[in-house]
Amino acid sequence: MNTRDRILAKLKAATPAGNRPVPDVAAWFAGHRPVETGSEKAVRFRRLIELAHAEVVAVNAENWVKKLEEILHAKGLTELLVAPGTEHGRQAMNELPAAGIACKGYEQAIESWKDEMFRQTPASLTTARAAIAETGTLVLWPDADEPRLMSLVPPVHLVLLDAGNIYNTFYEAMQSESWKDGMPTNALLISGPSKTADIQVTLAYGAHGPKELIVLLMGEAA
Amino acid sequence: MSEHAMNFMPSEGFRARAKAVVNNPFLRQSFRGAMDFLIDKRISQFPDPEELESLRTLGEHIRQYNLDKLPELLLRLEENLTRNGFKVHWAETPDEANAIILGICQRHSAKLMIKGKSMVSEEIELNHAAEAAGIGALESDMGEYIVQLAGEKPSHIIMPAIHKTKEEIATLFHEKVPGVDYTDNVDALIQIGRKVLREKFLEADIGLSGVNFAVAETGTLCLVENEGNGRMSTTVPPVHIAITGIEKIVEKLEHVPPLLSLLTRSATGQNISTYFNMISSPRKPGEKDGPQEVHLVLLDNGRSQAYADEQLRKTLQCIRCGACMNHCPVYTRIGGHAYGTTYPGPIGKIISPHLLGLEATKTMATASSLCGACGEVCPVKIPIPELLMRLREESFSEPHVNPAMRGQGAGYSRLMTGVWKAWAGIYRNPALYATWTWLASRFNWLTPANQGAWTSVRTPLKPAPRRLRDLLRERV
Repeated sequence: MNTRDRILAKLKAATPAGNRPVPDVAAWFAGHRPVETGSEKAVRFRRLIELAHAEVVAVNAENWVKKLEEILHAKGLTELLVAPGTEHGRQAMNELPAAGIACKGYEQAIESWKDEMFRQTPASLTTARAAIAETGTLVLWPDADEPRLMSLVPPVHLVLLDAGNIYNTFYEAMQSESWKDGMPTNALLISGPSKTADIQVTLAYGAHGPKELIVLLMGEAA
Repeated sequence: MSEHAMNFMPSEGFRARAKAVVNNPFLRQSFRGAMDFLIDKRISQFPDPEELESLRTLGEHIRQYNLDKLPELLLRLEENLTRNGFKVHWAETPDEANAIILGICQRHSAKLMIKGKSMVSEEIELNHAAEAAGIGALESDMGEYIVQLAGEKPSHIIMPAIHKTKEEIATLFHEKVPGVDYTDNVDALIQIGRKVLREKFLEADIGLSGVNFAVAETGTLCLVENEGNGRMSTTVPPVHIAITGIEKIVEKLEHVPPLLSLLTRSATGQNISTYFNMISSPRKPGEKDGPQEVHLVLLDNGRSQAYADEQLRKTLQCIRCGACMNHCPVYTRIGGHAYGTTYPGPIGKIISPHLLGLEATKTMATASSLCGACGEVCPVKIPIPELLMRLREESFSEPHVNPAMRGQGAGYSRLMTGVWKAWAGIYRNPALYATWTWLASRFNWLTPANQGAWTSVRTPLKPAPRRLRDLLRERV
């Protein structure tokens, strides 16, 4: 018998009858979490992610590139990593260079430019698929167009979020979107800039990931 | 690999290690301060006692439901992970797990493995094994990095470097990291760590991580963290190896949100961690980053022994939040290193005997006042005090056939058991009891002045010259 079969045999020999009822997760959430309106969710989301040290800027479909440009100028950033395969990435690429901000597209597999990603990429722009009001959380589903490292390596991460995509809870998000029927390579919940309290429980930001997280909240005036 | 976790004798030297900490006011102050901070943070996350209680009940239910189906779920997990492109490995012992991991490293001619936080990798002493095989293993969690630089082990499962002051860390960085001047500014220290470790993420051939939840129905590994080093370790290097105990499995994705909420709120008093990282496949064709190869090592290491007993199985409900440590008056006094095990505190006392055997851990369960705080705060309602009583019984009862645990009876002493049996016999029989107390009161001058641990800080115990029944008789 190999190791796998040995472990399984030990467990099977001891497996209980298994007549325990299925946990009713839906009932718990229905009884313990408020269902809020769109603007209430946006307010709660904003309050909580700001508590976690993220910045939130209200934008709309017309002015978001302009607002983005203002933020980058205010922070003295002149370079932005974008996803050229996406609508928002293309829009940023088309409009920002005129304002003196160079846009770099994530076009090649990371192997060919890992060093540059780590050393010469001060900021990035991605979209968020959704958000969670309960915890002030962004949901990112990186893909071929908008890869995983975009939201991790650059010290400043800007995220475009449609306020219409805010769910009450993590549970509601995964149920409404039937995540279990098709998880991506990597799905992420992000609730602020990278941080640590490992030295004398003193909170410090910018541990390994982005030092700054800026949410461009589109739509709802939150 | 001779100095393996398997060969540790944590029960040896426990008293001396505990005493050293108790006599060190700085260490005691660090632990007390940090634990008070974590206790306050946790309670601020649970303002509604009904919500807390019902969520704990749900968490317990989810964990027990999934443990009931463990073998079936492991097979489903393996099937779905394999379909998603993972390679799944099984290990019964730490040696087997190390051999699997180092085998993968060697196939890739790896020089450097960068590690996200993984207590299971501590459990198997992976760093030592890697070093012996000539492969660098570098911790990237800030706390773990500090502890590794200092040549120590984590003293807390969530806050590994909780025993160190910022001044000590400042000195450590100044001495061990080339070109670093002394600074005890916490932000500056973290930025030093960030800079050093970012270079290593670039360089590393292998990323290693633990797992917080493995979801069987989707074939997904979930990781909880704040720093981003877990995401780095699982995204930047070309190969990712995850290692987990076989118990950390849930059947459904919908089981994750309640457990995640319990975990982060109980552990550090955060409503959620900064990152929750769900990995369901290696890099797919067309994707531009992420590892080309992802492995999962499923480790037994004594867990199947706990599983075989209905009561001991509850040990495996644990989601490793550390709240039991934070609330433990013994842990707070003696710190994590005194225990001598990978997992310290209350959870350490109930899991280590399965990992290491009772021969090595026979007295661990006695390092408790049975105050019950650990059981009260446990987010998945593990009855830790009950389990401590059970483990004392397993340790100190007479060795018998078919024991539930390896090393049962390791602490057995015929004399001690005999004394307690006689005591019980006397107290159950009124005539014997009367005789015994008559003798004790008349011959009380025979009680020794030195009564061991009792008299080290107290006056000796001595039976009263007249018994209660004598006094009552005179009153009538």
